[in-house]
Amino acid sequence: MSHEHGHHKETFITKYIFSIDHKMIAKQYLITGLLMGIVGVVLSLFFRMQIAWPEESFEIFKIFLGENFAPGGVMRNDIYLALVTIHGTIMVFFVLTAGLSGTFSNLLIPLQIGARDMASGFMNMLSYWLFFISSIIMLCSLFVESGPASAGWTIYPPLSALPQAIPGSGLGMTLWLVSMAIFIASSLMGSLNYIVTVINLRTKGMSMTRLPLTIWAFFVTAIIGVVSFPVLFSAALLLIFDRSFGTSFFLSDIFISGEVLHYQGGSPVLFEHLFWFLGHPEVYIVLLPALGITSEIIATNSRKPIFGYRAMIASIIAIAFLSTIVWGHHMFISGMNPFLGSVFTFTTLLIAIPSAVKAFNYITTLWKGNLQLNPAMLFSIGLVSTFITGGLTGIILGDSTLDINVHDTYFVIAHFHLVMGISALYGFFAGVYHWFPRMFGRMMNKNLGYVHFWVTAVCAYGVFFPMHFIGMAGLPRRYYSNTAFPLFDELANVNVLITMFAIVGAAFQIVFFWNFFYSIFKGKKAPMNPWKSNTLEWTAPVEHIHGNWPGEIPEVHRWPYDYSKPGHDDDFVPQTVPMQEGEEQLHH
Amino acid sequence: MTSLLVFFVLVLIGIAVWQLTKIFDLTQVGEAKDNSEVANDRDNSVNGYLMFGFLGFIYIFTIYSLWAWGEFVLGKPASEHGSEVDNLMNISLVLIFFVQTITQFLLHYYAFKYKGKEGQKALYFADNNKLEAIWTIIPVIVLAVLILYGLYTWNQIMYYDEDEDVMYVEIYAKQFGWEARYAGEDNTLGKANVRYIEGINTLGVDVEDPNAQDDKVVQELHLPKGKKVVFKIRSQDVLHSAYMPHFRAQMNAVPGMVTQFAFVPTVTTAEMRQNEAIIAKVNKINKIRAKKSADLVAKGEAALDPYTFDYLLLCNKICGASHYNMQMKIVVDTPEDFKKWLAEKPTFGAAWKESIAPKVEEVKVESKEAVVDTTKVIAQVIK
Repeated sequence: MSHEHGHHKETFITKYIFSIDHKMIAKQYLITGLLMGIVGVVLSLFFRMQIAWPEESFEIFKIFLGENFAPGGVMRNDIYLALVTIHGTIMVFFVLTAGLSGTFSNLLIPLQIGARDMASGFMNMLSYWLFFISSIIMLCSLFVESGPASAGWTIYPPLSALPQAIPGSGLGMTLWLVSMAIFIASSLMGSLNYIVTVINLRTKGMSMTRLPLTIWAFFVTAIIGVVSFPVLFSAALLLIFDRSFGTSFFLSDIFISGEVLHYQGGSPVLFEHLFWFLGHPEVYIVLLPALGITSEIIATNSRKPIFGYRAMIASIIAIAFLSTIVWGHHMFISGMNPFLGSVFTFTTLLIAIPSAVKAFNYITTLWKGNLQLNPAMLFSIGLVSTFITGGLTGIILGDSTLDINVHDTYFVIAHFHLVMGISALYGFFAGVYHWFPRMFGRMMNKNLGYVHFWVTAVCAYGVFFPMHFIGMAGLPRRYYSNTAFPLFDELANVNVLITMFAIVGAAFQIVFFWNFFYSIFKGKKAPMNPWKSNTLEWTAPVEHIHGNWPGEIPEVHRWPYDYSKPGHDDDFVPQTVPMQEGEEQLHH
Repeated sequence: MTSLLVFFVLVLIGIAVWQLTKIFDLTQVGEAKDNSEVANDRDNSVNGYLMFGFLGFIYIFTIYSLWAWGEFVLGKPASEHGSEVDNLMNISLVLIFFVQTITQFLLHYYAFKYKGKEGQKALYFADNNKLEAIWTIIPVIVLAVLILYGLYTWNQIMYYDEDEDVMYVEIYAKQFGWEARYAGEDNTLGKANVRYIEGINTLGVDVEDPNAQDDKVVQELHLPKGKKVVFKIRSQDVLHSAYMPHFRAQMNAVPGMVTQFAFVPTVTTAEMRQNEAIIAKVNKINKIRAKKSADLVAKGEAALDPYTFDYLLLCNKICGASHYNMQMKIVVDTPEDFKKWLAEKPTFGAAWKESIAPKVEEVKVESKEAVVDTTKVIAQVIK
């Protein structure tokens, strides 16, 4: 790590583009992630419009989808699946993995542990640029004539392997695989960097049990990523082999378009195993950083220590461990041995325990606090709310018996959008509102933040809560239109309502984007520690400098949650304040 | 027209944001203009009350949903294990609603009650092992019960006794339709592989296999009431999923392997049509359809058929462009009716012989196709 900070000359290119400074890389991740988010959400609005008003002609489709994808403004049925696929891929990987983790791990790990930068600044830069390239490739796939990948974000073969099965499995799927391979490389570089940095570069006094919970969450997330992403990489690689070189890893006995293909001996179930070995931990890769961010924000804004600091760490570790042995709950009815179904039901329902501990700890942290309801705090409370609502239905889906009948219905969509989609998104927004002053040296407008939160909160429930009911009515997901089944006619109005909520909710994100970009340039100048927080990042100067602190790196004397501690004048005691004579280290 | 509408919506949203911000701004009146973007007492108070209001929103929305959409939920199960599944589902749902109501109340109520005020001091309360133990152990006990009950039911559903008197039926999936094959007199399905697919032999049944001769291939699935049916599920191209929601049954169809699901149908289609909930549902749907039909007729298009209740087999695994319309009708008959229905269907052996017999007469036409086929085969070999 370099100690000569802030002295060498910087050009525009080294400062803003090929920067190796973690704060700049965090901002790059943030803005790329947000832009990808716009694409992901707009795609979802398109297919929601198709479900609500099936096979209707829309001007907006003529403009954005064109004559090829939407002849006469009516969306093609395979393009519907393509939009679903790319929406899922972009939101899960590009927004909530890279956008969320990439932004806040990069920004906060060095600043909160008291390091001058990441362990390897160069690898960090490489990680961002690989992410950028993979984003571009994914976006390019939207413009392929035969359509982008259309086999669902889970890209189960044979559908994803055979262009005869769906046009999107041609060039579109190739680009998807290439993009994801690069994405995984980027993610691994980032994760390795986070792990090494947290282990090696903590400042004096920053023991593991004095780390803020954000860092614990990022650290454990990085470990899950390193364990599970390579498995998806291998699955993608084998799929590329099956598609392009005639191997039969995942394919066997296929008769399509009037001919028998040569594949023999492979199994799609093998792919499902490999995919979900990443796919399930991925849920926690998305969620844990959001929970880490929330822990920090709830403690700071409650002016109270986070309740059960050690229990929180234990539950993060327990969730991380369990997350790697539950993947089979996505496959109860895949044709695997029912005995495995029993095993995975058992491990899956166990996850409810650490999750419950976390939820109750958040609620107890609010109890008898002095809550400063900043926008970041509202989003954090919102996260706990959706985490509970979405998490509870996991008890149904994780139970193999009940999964039989709600598997792949709208019930599942409701469950995972609330528990990991909306929750992680709230964590993302909370983080942006909270650390915006740290990133850009200015404040975001709080009133716009309030409007943003309340409309989003109502719309999120409005979109996803009704889906439980149409799911329990047996409505399968990924249907281009429900008109082929008179049975589902009575659900049509609910789908219109959902789409209305989705459009309003999405439209109000403009408030956020306006607030965000306006405040970067015109926001009020931020003080050094606007939220009166204990953690180290607020001891660094507002102006970003290489190496974070102008002089010595501050030394740490206490845990980060000494809020409203008796015996102190202020209601916060930064980590850098030495322990007073005879001061007790209460519970941690 | 649409663009104009979109434009108006955007303008209205803009006005809404402007007004909402103004409301939040107005709450600052009288407050010392602190000019910072950090929440002050006014913000805490307004948002604290909103938190409480939001709790009301969640409750009211939940009650409204139950009232308006509760009846969507699939009614009476039509299979033996279905009532077990529904039982467990109801227990889980009650539990979920209970926990949801309480935790959401605590969360939002605390957010309201402890909203920040100048001079209010938070309690320094960092840890309590007793509390942690309580909310670890309670979920452990509750989940242990759920897991045990779930696993018991799961094993009941997924395993069946080899000695049981069962009927074997093959469900065959392809883009974008279903077929079914009955095992016939010997109750043994003939061997099959996609490599045998030819002419009317769309399921790739081994023509040589003696067990296959009495098999019967059909396009509409009939099941006898009260008999355990073991479904052997195959797919010829991509993954599909045989979803029979009324029977609480689902299993993927996987190319290259045979998957399995078994259940006992307990309610015939005719009986189900007499079910009160189903009658109400059908009437409601027909009202919707009549309204839609009126619109269609006004536009000069054909009216929709009225809906009568039928059991369905749906595809529930993304399988291609027409995934949304891959269905097969299921009819549950009384055992006598079922026997009669099945007896009328030709056996595979007979159908196959008949289909190859006229080939001799139409040599010319057939040979043309044969030539095309050969080039295809050669091309495949070269590839």
